[in-house]
Amino acid sequence: MADGTRGKGDHKEPPDDEAALSARLQRLGERLDSASRPSENVSGPRQSADASAYARGFRMSTELVAGVVVGALIGWLIDRWLGISPWGLIVFLLLGFAAGVLNVMRAAGVVRENKLND
Amino acid sequence: MDPIHQFQIINLFSVGKLGNIEIAFTNSALFMLIAVFGLTFFLVAATAGGKAVPTRMQSAAELSYEFVASMVRSTAGQEGMKFFPFVFTIFMFVLSLNMFGLIPYAFTVTSHIIITAALAITVFLTVLLYGLYRHGLHFFNLFVPKGVPVYILPLIVSIEILSFISRPISHSVRLFANMLAGHIALKVFAGFIILLGGALGALGWAGGVLPFAMIVALTALEMLVAFLQAYVFAVLTCIYLNDAIHPGH
Repeated sequence: MADGTRGKGDHKEPPDDEAALSARLQRLGERLDSASRPSENVSGPRQSADASAYARGFRMSTELVAGVVVGALIGWLIDRWLGISPWGLIVFLLLGFAAGVLNVMRAAGVVRENKLND
Repeated sequence: MDPIHQFQIINLFSVGKLGNIEIAFTNSALFMLIAVFGLTFFLVAATAGGKAVPTRMQSAAELSYEFVASMVRSTAGQEGMKFFPFVFTIFMFVLSLNMFGLIPYAFTVTSHIIITAALAITVFLTVLLYGLYRHGLHFFNLFVPKGVPVYILPLIVSIEILSFISRPISHSVRLFANMLAGHIALKVFAGFIILLGGALGALGWAGGVLPFAMIVALTALEMLVAFLQAYVFAVLTCIYLNDAIHPGH
């Protein structure tokens, strides 16, 4: 039945479109291949992790706070173990703040990541 | 009415004892199991057919694969694809936990910092151990920027080390705080409806339309946040893994 009605204008394309279709599919496949290849061969570029301003802002603030918190924690522990209070806390809080600022600048893409030549 | 009540851990049944600590199956564990089984079922069922023209389910599974794969390639390079199963698991696990948490009466597992911290520390240790395995002690050159004068090198190196140690903290706090804050905001606005209705009667219930509209908007926002935070968690995992794969460049 389907074969009988196919020729009667239900189908606007000519009957020999099977070959054309497969040719088009092949061309599409080639184009897809060439379109997806560059992204596969790129090795190790960095993209920022941000998809929206909200996420971006939240990321910056946690980066800063995390640096300060880690500095304060390490300073406090060193004070307890070595008994040099308050010097460990003072020094490591400042270092932690610097680390937090570094984190934020890295997250914002202001400072490049460390580059070394192996 | 208590906006914090939703985060309570409930022991469903006891599994055994480890010393004095009771090992219990909690509602948190239940939702993690649901997420794991749901994901497994979804992915297995979606890829079972393997048709050239995908069904809707298969298309969704292929989209999630492509999404994570392109994320890993663009942040960690082609070599990072060996960590693809790890990143894909983390992304899908966090995403489904976040999404399941949005269903009313469901428990949001990722709103507990112990869960996000465990995930972040897993990533941190993976980076550290793989970096040491792959590059040996050369990995620690990550902390020594090039072209820095020797006399300020100790300062720079200690700042770099602190910055490295602070990674799992910011990594875990970001996901946890987003989920916690969002769910508390939802509960607080829902509480306004009850408060208005209780205080003003019929007028209050009519006025409750305003906070209700807010909840609808916030729920939509929370859907976005749930996806976005899972994405950010996975992208940062890739960025940290990139350091382990190429600490130099």
